[in-house]
Amino acid sequence: MTQTASIDIRNVSKQFGSKVVLHDITLQVEPAQIYGLLGPSGSGKTTLVRMIAGIDEPTSGTVHVLEQRMPQLAMLTKIGYMAQSDALYGELTALENLEFFAALFGLSGSRRKRRIEEVMSLVNLTDHLKKPAASYSGGMKRRLSLAISLLHEPSVLILDEPTVGIDPVLRKAIWAELMQLCARGTTILVTTHVMDEADKCHRLGMIRDGRLTATGTPEELKRATGSATIEEAFLYYGGVGQ
Amino acid sequence: MRIRAVVIRILRQFFHDKRTLAMMLVAPMLILYMMSLVFNGDTYAPKLGAVAVPAPLVQKLEQQGAEVTTYSAAQADEARQQLSDVKLDAVIRFDAGAPQVELEGSDPSKSKAVLFLLQKTLQSAAPTAAGIQPAISYLHGSEDMAAFDNFGPVLIGFFVFFFVFLLSGVSFLRERTGGTLERLLATPLRRWEIVVGYILGFGIFTLLQAALIAWFATGALGLMLVGSFWYVLLITILLALTALSLGTLISAFANNEFQMIQFIPLVIVPQIFFSGLFNMDTMSVYLRWLGVIMPLSYGADALRNVMIRGAGWERIWLDVVVLAGFSLVFMLLNVVALRKHRKI
Repeated sequence: MTQTASIDIRNVSKQFGSKVVLHDITLQVEPAQIYGLLGPSGSGKTTLVRMIAGIDEPTSGTVHVLEQRMPQLAMLTKIGYMAQSDALYGELTALENLEFFAALFGLSGSRRKRRIEEVMSLVNLTDHLKKPAASYSGGMKRRLSLAISLLHEPSVLILDEPTVGIDPVLRKAIWAELMQLCARGTTILVTTHVMDEADKCHRLGMIRDGRLTATGTPEELKRATGSATIEEAFLYYGGVGQ
Repeated sequence: MRIRAVVIRILRQFFHDKRTLAMMLVAPMLILYMMSLVFNGDTYAPKLGAVAVPAPLVQKLEQQGAEVTTYSAAQADEARQQLSDVKLDAVIRFDAGAPQVELEGSDPSKSKAVLFLLQKTLQSAAPTAAGIQPAISYLHGSEDMAAFDNFGPVLIGFFVFFFVFLLSGVSFLRERTGGTLERLLATPLRRWEIVVGYILGFGIFTLLQAALIAWFATGALGLMLVGSFWYVLLITILLALTALSLGTLISAFANNEFQMIQFIPLVIVPQIFFSGLFNMDTMSVYLRWLGVIMPLSYGADALRNVMIRGAGWERIWLDVVVLAGFSLVFMLLNVVALRKHRKI
């Protein structure tokens, strides 16, 4: 494991009261990689992701992002986070939502305008800028939410189930863009249930009951479990195959 | 069968939400209890100052149930001071022949109680001399003063407080349930910046609301306004800020809009009882201290002083400071409460 991992999680455990949600998790995400976190609902993915995003802190262990100990307020400008809920102000238009979050990240003037145009064309919503977010369809809300998390050009992007409710055509377009962001040096951590997405990740981590059960490239995981597809490997590590 | 399923589901939901269950049972009892305290109090004993009033008459007044403080003719100024400090409801003077009665006047129900008691006393003292009519004057207000003039200022304060509390509470709650708070906390926005942002954003809206309500009550409804409109505005806005910071704070303890509504009987209704809308003098003494912790009682007191008694800064500054203090404390607690969502 190199010292320069973009995301460096060491021996992280998390307890809520007496309930242990994460057990001794250690994982590293190399710069400019797409790391996929796979696991059934309630396995602790979101809890882990929130600690990387600096919202929560571990009960024990350490989380470093870009070699900075988290949580740290100054680091939040370098991290983009998209939670499972769309987190939009329904009364506001898409543009107003974007302007609000852009302002929180200190974007102003022509840069703000340019970034809003860029992210909205990326998620294919440029024609709907003036509509209130509440009138958006489920998929459109998800795309707008993704657009917001990309506004400040974060070096580390954390996406909690980004493609839920997005149709296959658009999903492909979004993944193409994630690849491109990654090629330009963005580190991406994504949690997912969609198996063909998992195949696109550089590395995968399987989480079950708050434990990291396996890590490796998709090929490695398939080989180790003797599976033809990631889905089979997932079921294997998910406990169904054992 | 489908109906039965619905009924069972609803009962089960209630059972899972123990607080709603408790609220439905406890809240009505609590309110009934408070109302019993307010309305079953002893009948009001008017507080009279008697300046150079013959001792037998003082005795008669006391027999009729008045609380009488006697003053010599030389102490007349002292009695007037007590009257303007609302320690007395009326001052009776006998020094210049015919009895003179000066009423404090800001509460029409108290004025009526005083006049009724005087009438009874004078009749029993000298039934033959029923022709003697005391000269009556008012320190504040007048005979024409309606009951609404008396409780109007309290209502202004109450409505501003109530609606701002609910609105700010629910919208801060939505921030949490809609996931936008989580998103805010993933930005470099500091916790105190969220709180201050809320206070300012709503503050501007509230400014408008307070101005409109104050103008409507005094200008359109013709509510008595002796003092400065700007003081009315200042107090109303401070009340709104207190409600705003309290509403956002309280919303941290609610999980949905429904639970937010449940705070009304706990936070809002008791304040009505202690706001001066009802006469506190008939309430048991050990309960009166509760008013000290209720922001509305300060706001209502200051509004009444300005609107009915024409009071200036020297009389309302304490209320103003206390209200500002409440807002500040609630805001600080808000910043602390947000720690639950993000430690830094």
